[in-house]
Amino acid sequence: MDRNYEGWRGFEGGTWVKEINVRSFIKHNYTPYDGDDSFLAGPTKDTLDLWDQVLDLTRQEREAGGVLDMDTKVISTITSHGPGYLNKEKERIVGFQTEKPFKRALMPYGGIRMAEKACADNGYTIDPEVKEFFEKYRKTHNAGVFDAYTPEMRACRSSHIITGLPDAYGRGRIIGDYRRVALYGVDRLIEDKKEQKETTRSTMYSEIIRDREELAEQIRALEDLKKMAASYGFDISKPAVDTKEAIQWMYFGYLAAVKEQNGAAMSLGRTSTFIDIYSERDLAEGRYTEEELQEMVDHFIMKLRLVKFARTPEYNALFSGDPQWVTESIGGVGIDGRHMVTKMSYRYLHTLKNLGAAPEPNLTVLWSINLPENFKQFCAKTSIETSSVQYENDDLMRFTHGDDYAIACCVSSMRVGKEMQFFGARANLAKCLLYAINGGIDEVSGKQVGPEYRPITSEYLDYDEVMHKYDDMMRWLAGVYVNTLNIIHYMHDKYCYEKIQMALHDKNVTRWFATGIAGLSVVADSLSAIKYAKVKAIRNDAGIVVDYEVEGDFPKFGNDDNRVDSIAYDIVHRFMEHIRKNHTYRNSVPTTSILTITSNVVYGKATGATPDGRKKGEAFAPGANPMHRRDTHGAVASLASVAKLPFIDAQDGISNTFSIIPGALGKDDQIFAGDIDVDLDCCVNGACMSPTLFEGLDDNDAN
Amino acid sequence: MIKGKIHSSESFGTVDGPGIRFVLFLQGCPMRCLYCHNPDTWKLNGDREMSADEVIAEYKKNSVFYKNGGLTVTGGEPLLQIDFLLELFKKAKKEGIHTCIDTSGITYDRENAEYTEKLDRLLALTDLVMLDLKHIDSDKHKILTGYTNENILSFARYIDSKGIATWIRHVVVEGYTDDEDDLFRLGEFIGTLKHAKALDVLPYHTMGVSKYAELGIKYRLEGLPSLSRSDAARAKQRILLGIKASRNKKETC
Repeated sequence: MDRNYEGWRGFEGGTWVKEINVRSFIKHNYTPYDGDDSFLAGPTKDTLDLWDQVLDLTRQEREAGGVLDMDTKVISTITSHGPGYLNKEKERIVGFQTEKPFKRALMPYGGIRMAEKACADNGYTIDPEVKEFFEKYRKTHNAGVFDAYTPEMRACRSSHIITGLPDAYGRGRIIGDYRRVALYGVDRLIEDKKEQKETTRSTMYSEIIRDREELAEQIRALEDLKKMAASYGFDISKPAVDTKEAIQWMYFGYLAAVKEQNGAAMSLGRTSTFIDIYSERDLAEGRYTEEELQEMVDHFIMKLRLVKFARTPEYNALFSGDPQWVTESIGGVGIDGRHMVTKMSYRYLHTLKNLGAAPEPNLTVLWSINLPENFKQFCAKTSIETSSVQYENDDLMRFTHGDDYAIACCVSSMRVGKEMQFFGARANLAKCLLYAINGGIDEVSGKQVGPEYRPITSEYLDYDEVMHKYDDMMRWLAGVYVNTLNIIHYMHDKYCYEKIQMALHDKNVTRWFATGIAGLSVVADSLSAIKYAKVKAIRNDAGIVVDYEVEGDFPKFGNDDNRVDSIAYDIVHRFMEHIRKNHTYRNSVPTTSILTITSNVVYGKATGATPDGRKKGEAFAPGANPMHRRDTHGAVASLASVAKLPFIDAQDGISNTFSIIPGALGKDDQIFAGDIDVDLDCCVNGACMSPTLFEGLDDNDAN
Repeated sequence: MIKGKIHSSESFGTVDGPGIRFVLFLQGCPMRCLYCHNPDTWKLNGDREMSADEVIAEYKKNSVFYKNGGLTVTGGEPLLQIDFLLELFKKAKKEGIHTCIDTSGITYDRENAEYTEKLDRLLALTDLVMLDLKHIDSDKHKILTGYTNENILSFARYIDSKGIATWIRHVVVEGYTDDEDDLFRLGEFIGTLKHAKALDVLPYHTMGVSKYAELGIKYRLEGLPSLSRSDAARAKQRILLGIKASRNKKETC
């Protein structure tokens, strides 16, 4: 088969020519960059003009109460809306979710009530015909789920022992390999999908039928993708020929996904080193200058910052804001030992300077001790200046996911185009501990939610007794949790299938069945208090324990103290073992995460007082963080406690939210920028005996 | 085995010596500096004791973080517990750990042969001394700290004669240590120290004030605002001028 595309000129061949394999393309063609950031270009006039326009629209949106415009009639699909622009003449990279920027699309497939409420809460009314259609004629994911839920699942859901479930909104967490659009062009991808469909097994088991139907949906989505790009004046059937096209093609792929899905996290993948291959070729050919390349990247990132969804205030409360989790993974090290930092990695991070700091896209550095020193310094500098960079441990994740994985949402790693995830929200393990103590009765509502096991009746809590009962309660919780998720993912596949994202995946995909843990440090400290101090249970008139008195001190998670750190380790391991005992939908592989970066506040609100002395309603610590103000031995000790948690049992990720004032990182920026040499200039002929002095100035330290 | 009297430890010290450091705060200090921000370390007897082995074990748990840093002992006045330091640094050097003492030099007594002998042994195990010179003028030093500065300056000269790398720290307090002439003279003195590698000017701040209330001790600089960054920078320049002048005087190229 001859593939003599113009877009492939000068590229080194490899497996990627014969099959859809972006990793092979990258490995054969990328150029690691060891230099510093001095080559970077500032923003162009057009970039600044566009960004001013964005800031103005953002201001208008804020003044309008958070939403500037909403579609109430047109159901969003890949092709539902015509092209939209900020300023067509100035935009190097184009495309919006609807026909104009800042207008939020209507996406009812996850659930019509959620879509309706998102409109209503923002002062809009959904078209009655649309409402009727989705209530009467076209079932949604949400309706399917509630048809199948058991009473126990509903009870767990409303008591918040299982919480944040994607049963009324898009689950997200799937990353299409958007690079494929640029590298191969859509025609080749359609050809590949058609071949996949032709080669399914011919005995029609239900899985085979489902596969064939999904492949047909994927092919249609790819056709739609071409149509959508054509509406902007681009023919993306063939491979992109240069950097501008590569970014634009790739962005169209991503744009199609966010036109179709309002997912809880719509991450981008790992694109910078891929794009760098095009820009290196363009620089060599003299096709574009550094300024032009940076301008394209700035405009691309600007577009990613403007991805918007219609959401309810409750949703925003759960996630503490209105996040899209457009996560882009940067850097890392290849399994051949070469680091994967390129000039494009710098350009992506440099947008934080050119456009100013922003939480989206969530630029995530895959950190390894083997990253080049210059890049490490650049990252540190960018972090200090913008507080907008996320870091993840590449040395840990590469072991399981190879060197072409990306992060979905905040920590979920998956091989791009080869693995996907069923997002599973979280089980509230702190509440589970209270259920163990109260025999399955919810401490807030007083209702029997969990199984009616024997409660603890002693005044002072006994560690062995509590642990025994807690283990039983965790086993129960894992069972009801996993089965709730089984229903959710079955229905999501059925009624809200991610067509375009899955079209940009291989045929045989590994599916991770993600679960999650909330309240880990609360549990660890509670059990530590029971074990090392004395904890007295305070019961109300109904005999339910509603508060605790702690007598004496106890080791607290976050101080590198094995007495309590081992409890945290043990809880994660035990809970994951209980998860693993259950059947998981579609042969998916169970994992868990400890990552509530923002929802910890809401989870804490729904949870009664805990034996560690935390009061009713008080926020949990985020993710795997130690509880607020309980880590008293400095950052290293705090990090060391978290680092002891077993990644093998929490492969979906462990997050630690870490903030520190720049001054606490050292004297000014000396730690990263190097010591300042002061030339005393005491003699002109050299041979001076005076030592070199460097000085530090610090606001935060004097003694 | 001697136990150290410990106030606390900090696993992520970034301002007390080079790199990321494990910082051990020791109990006890004879000085009563007006601006002291650690009054909770004044008394020699605290609740916590640690052996040198225990400190080294704490350090080694996370030694990967400290590969460009090391161990700093501060306080309080760490040299009050010189026997403990000797044991601690001996073990630290065996482990190849970079060692640093953050001291005021107040305990130095050149007439005391036994002390000098111990100090010599300790300095042989010390990679860096951070010496806090609080005032160059002895009378003003007494007002500020309760002690005159003669033995502190001899301590500075003594460790310099031993070739110990030293960072000089100086806290700038409005109305107490910001006199132009004093700063210049301080610089002149620092200029005579051959092994002074750095000057660390620390602007006065008020973050320790709440501790006084907790301890029921009167804070004598009540109401004095923190020093601005620019004033601190000016003070630093003044000291540097003094250093330059004294070195130009001495060195003939």
